[in-house]
Parts: sequence; C-alpha cells; structure tokens
Amino acid sequence: MKRATSGAASAGRAERRGLFTTISGRAVAPLYTPADISSLDYQRDLGDPGEFPYTRGIHASGYRGRLWTMRQFAGFGTPEETNQRYKQLLAAGGTGLSVAFDLPTLMGRDPDHELSLGEVGKCGVNVASLADMETLFNGIDLGAVTSSMTINSPAAMIFAMYLVVAEQQGAGWQTLSGTIQNDILKEFIAQKEYIYPPRPSMRLITDIFAFCARHVPKWNTISVSGYHIREAGATAAQELAFTLRDGVEYVQYGIEAGLDVDEFAPRISFFFNSHSDFFEEIAKYRAARRLWAHVMRDRFKARDPRSWQLRFHTQTAGVSLTAQQPYNNVVRTALQALAPVLAGTQSLHTNSLDEALALPTAEAATLALRTQQIIAHETGVTDVVDPLGGSYFVEKLTRDMEEEALAYFEIIDRMGGMVEAIERGYPQREIAESAYTFQQAVERREQIIVGVNECVADAGGPIGILYIDQSAAETQRAKLAQVKARRDTAAVRRLLDRLKEGAANGANTMPLLLDAVRAYATVGEMCDALRDVWGEYGEIPVV
Amino acid sequence: MHHKIRVVIAKPGLDGHDRGARVIARALRDAGMEVIYIGLRQAPEQIVAAALQEDADVIGLSILSGAHMHICPRVMTLLEDRGLRDVLVVLGGIIPDADIPKLNEIGVRGMFPPGTPMQDVVDFIRKNVRSRVESP
Repeated sequence: MKRATSGAASAGRAERRGLFTTISGRAVAPLYTPADISSLDYQRDLGDPGEFPYTRGIHASGYRGRLWTMRQFAGFGTPEETNQRYKQLLAAGGTGLSVAFDLPTLMGRDPDHELSLGEVGKCGVNVASLADMETLFNGIDLGAVTSSMTINSPAAMIFAMYLVVAEQQGAGWQTLSGTIQNDILKEFIAQKEYIYPPRPSMRLITDIFAFCARHVPKWNTISVSGYHIREAGATAAQELAFTLRDGVEYVQYGIEAGLDVDEFAPRISFFFNSHSDFFEEIAKYRAARRLWAHVMRDRFKARDPRSWQLRFHTQTAGVSLTAQQPYNNVVRTALQALAPVLAGTQSLHTNSLDEALALPTAEAATLALRTQQIIAHETGVTDVVDPLGGSYFVEKLTRDMEEEALAYFEIIDRMGGMVEAIERGYPQREIAESAYTFQQAVERREQIIVGVNECVADAGGPIGILYIDQSAAETQRAKLAQVKARRDTAAVRRLLDRLKEGAANGANTMPLLLDAVRAYATVGEMCDALRDVWGEYGEIPVV
Repeated sequence: MHHKIRVVIAKPGLDGHDRGARVIARALRDAGMEVIYIGLRQAPEQIVAAALQEDADVIGLSILSGAHMHICPRVMTLLEDRGLRDVLVVLGGIIPDADIPKLNEIGVRGMFPPGTPMQDVVDFIRKNVRSRVESP
C-alpha cells in the first residue's frame, strides 16, 4: 500500500539544498503548473509574435525571416590593426561591426593627455580625430554594413566622425544604419565613464534624437543598456528595472526637448546581458518587451507601433567568465547565447574564452562567432518563434520579473525620475548591495562557479593571450601630432568657440560638432570645449 | 594598543568598473579593517598623498584596463620618495601572468586575479602588513 506523503523531502529523497534560487537569489518552486499562470490572458498578456504587447517577439516570423545579427564587439590598438580585425570578422561571416574604443576615447581624452598614460589602445581602438576614423573604416562600405559603436560621453563627437566618413565615401546619411550606445544614465549608475553632469549629458542625447529624426532616420540613436548594470552586480530584475526606467527617462527628456514621441522613440534600442541562469534570462527579455510596449502606449501615448516594439542586442556575461580553466568559458558562453536566441534577440555578441585575462586573440574571437553560427544553423531552435511561450515556469517568471521591475519604477518615479535617483545614489547602492550579496554566496559556496570554487582540480596550463604593447600609444601620439600640423588650426579654434557658444545658448550641438570634425578637431578638444561650458561630474566614493 | 589595519583602496587610471574595488572594500571592512575608499580616476600622486594623510598600512589598487605596468611603478616610486616603503601594496584586477614577476620586483606584494576569494585577500593582508599593527 502506498504511504501518504507530504512535501518533497518525504516523497522521495531529501532535496540537495534547503532553498533553490536563481542566480539573482529568486526562490524557485520544484514545479510550475497551470495554477501559476491562471490569471494569464493570451491575447492581453502574450499575443502572437508581432502583436502587442510583443511578449513573444516583435516579428511574426521570428528567425524564419532573418537570423539575428552576429555582431562581435572588437577593437584594440591602432585604427589600422582594428580595421584588419573587422575585415577578418566580415570574411568569417560576421554580419555587422561593433566598435570597441579605448578608455582615452571613451573618456574624451587625446592620446597625448597625461591621464591617457598606459591606456591608449588597451581596451579598444584609439580614435583621436577624423583621420583615425577614416583609417578604421578604410575599405569597408558604410552604406552596406551596419555599425554599432560603444561610445557614451563623447557619442556625439564620434558619431559626427562616422557621418563625415560616410559622406566622404558617398554613402547617404538617409540610408546609414547602425547604433551608437549613447546611454549616459547607465554610466552614472554602473560603468562610471561619465564626463559632464547628468543634465547637460541628457541634452547631448536629445540633440542626437532631434538631429537623427531629420537627417539619419534609420540610425539607432541610443542603446539603452542593462549590460553594464548587470556586470556591476545587479540582479536580473534590477537590470530589467533600471534599464527600462532609463528608457523612460530618455523618452521623457526627448518629449520635454520638444520632440513628438513617435518622431524618435522607434529608434530607441536596448542592450541586455545574458547571464548564466537560463530561464531567468529568457523571462527577463520577454518581460522587457511587454513592459516597454505598455509604457510606450499607455504612459507616453505613442501611436506608432514601432515605438511600442522593444528591439534589443544581447551580450553574454563577461563577468561570468573565469580566469581559471578558461576553456570552460566556451561552454558557458554557448549556453548563455542560447537564452536570448530562444527569446528573440535582434543581435548578439558572444564573449571569447580568454576575456577574463585580456582582449581576445583572433582565434578566440573566431571561436566565439562560430558558437553563434552553430546555434543558428545546427540546433533547430531558430525554426519556431518563442518556443518556450506557454511554459508554466517561463510565463510565471516573466510575470514576476515584470512586477519586480514595476515596483522599482514606482520608487524611482517617487524620487522624481532616474536623474534624481542617480543624484541620490539609489540605483548605485542597490547594485553594490547585490554585488556584495552575490560575492558572499560564492564565498560560502552557495553559488557554485565551476573551476573557481568547485571542480578546481586539473587547472591545465596557461593559454596564449593578446598582449598590447606601447607601440600603439606611440603611433597614435605621432599621428595626432601630424594631424595637428596639417590642419588649419585657426579654423579649428573658431569652430570650437562656435561649439561652446551653441552649447551655452541651447543650439543643437550636432551640426556644430560636424563642422569641427571636418576641420579635424580632436575628441579631446571637442570634449574640452564642452567641459569649459558644462563642467565635469564627479561622484562621492561610497562603499 | 590595538590598531585596526588601515587600508586605502583606489582605482587609478581612466577605467570606471568599480565592482571589484567596492566589494573588496566592504569585505575588508567586515573583516575589521579601517577602509578608506578614495574612488575613481586617482592619479598615483593622489593615491600616495591619501596613504600618507590616512596613515595607511595598506594600499589596494584595482586595475582592469591593462595600465598596471604604467601605474604601479609610479606609485612605488612615489611611496619610496615619501618614505612610505613599509606600506603594503596589493593589486587586484586583470593582470597577465607574465607581468606578475615584474610587479613583485618593484615591490607590489599581493596580486589578486579574478576569482580570488575575499578571505584570501583578508588573510594575505593580515599576514603581510607591517608589524606595528596588530590584527584586529
């Protein structure tokens, strides 16, 4: 006779742990059933792919129509070296470019500035003036490729350079397609590569919205990024909440700058992390689409369906890569890459196995691209749209994630908005708290990282890594000196003064920056001109 | 007299990725040390000035950008100039194996790559900090 049982422990064997949680610390039940999604209404909450609220995807045909763009972020050393890497990635079947700039460029400093010491070409490619941008895209048809540029504080300056190179190539701005990250809020929150205080930084962004609406209509003017927020230690729900609330802030500022919401909202794109907790990530992307659709239609009264549709890029989690047993990272990355594909990402970057140690070697970068190609062509997961839709677990998790994000929205709205929340250090503290909690869980071995705190035997020998020497810095400084010797310095000064006047009196800065770029003004000079007008931001260090 | 170990934590260079610096600052504080986190983009001169002013026993640097071979020698020279040779300098971040002997040679004592347990950092500091200080 069968014995009456109660609870999982007595039903079979004892569970391996007292509490099962996602990597973000969210408790998960042993089983999900129809009771978990009894309030779910298919038409209202999911809809078919391509239909509001786009939970299941923004395209009716999913990847049957077109695969995601395999966009591998790359850049190092000089523009010449990076140009070679791009040509190699395109030859290997990459379908879009993604530019990684070095820290001096990201921080608006020329390679000869004292703060650039030791940093030129290290974390990305160094670009100081239009001359470097011409080299970077030499032999690459900007009318034919799409380019993503990870640039934030000096986004307007670098974008102006890109537009001038396109102009030189004869590629019309109306047809150009690509993305600038241009997301300053997550810099204040997480990555900390800010220059100006929040409000003038927001002004640069709305200037770009307005300029592109008229002149570069196919360009993604911003990539609102959760990636860095997650890397800084946020949970999945915090990544979702802060990123989408940043999106709300940009839309709000765009409207306040006098734009019609449907004029610029369709060009807003997003960028999420893909961490190791498989289902939690899938739920996050699906929740993001539903939340954004509602925000845009209901809060901002957007009428154009393209304003409702959240399009996103994904990158696998750099922070999850381990320096120990680096080949494990190939497997980690493959699994992380599968989640956004199952959730309908528009583009994807897969990290290389050696990135906990250095920038990737060419071989490692190619293997990372192959990982995506194997998912795309061999697994069959691309043939059915939103294949996990309707899963009791996934739908419940999607709903929970959305509700947690909305609770954060309320807190931030009460503070007056994201800029105000940042000024109070609110998202920064929330993330730091999560980062420390996670690290403690790793320390206690409640969170297992294979090769780090479990399965540590047989580490294997060291792998070959990319080593960037000082020659890039010397080359870049020499080239900068040549550019400065060749150009009309009086004209540059005049144009920088005009930029300052425009910044002070509220003119759109983009046309002024384009003129300065054409005269070969440097990134450092243009950023300094605006530093003179707007000052610099500094945060008070808090542990 | 029972001294708390005094640690100045800084992020030199242009990089802003401060997760590691902040997590380790909290871990050292929770381990009973006095932690002074001076934040981002600190020049070697500022770091050494902070160490002097704070009477630091330890300087913890967090560098992920690859600029360590430029920043660390400068910090060590300045410490020498200011007579702070007995301050323990430790470094966390992305440091290629090939650079570790060179850094040891100039006097950087502890190197903590990604994946280092926080407890290892605490233990290393307690074991290697100058002797005028008793562990808390």
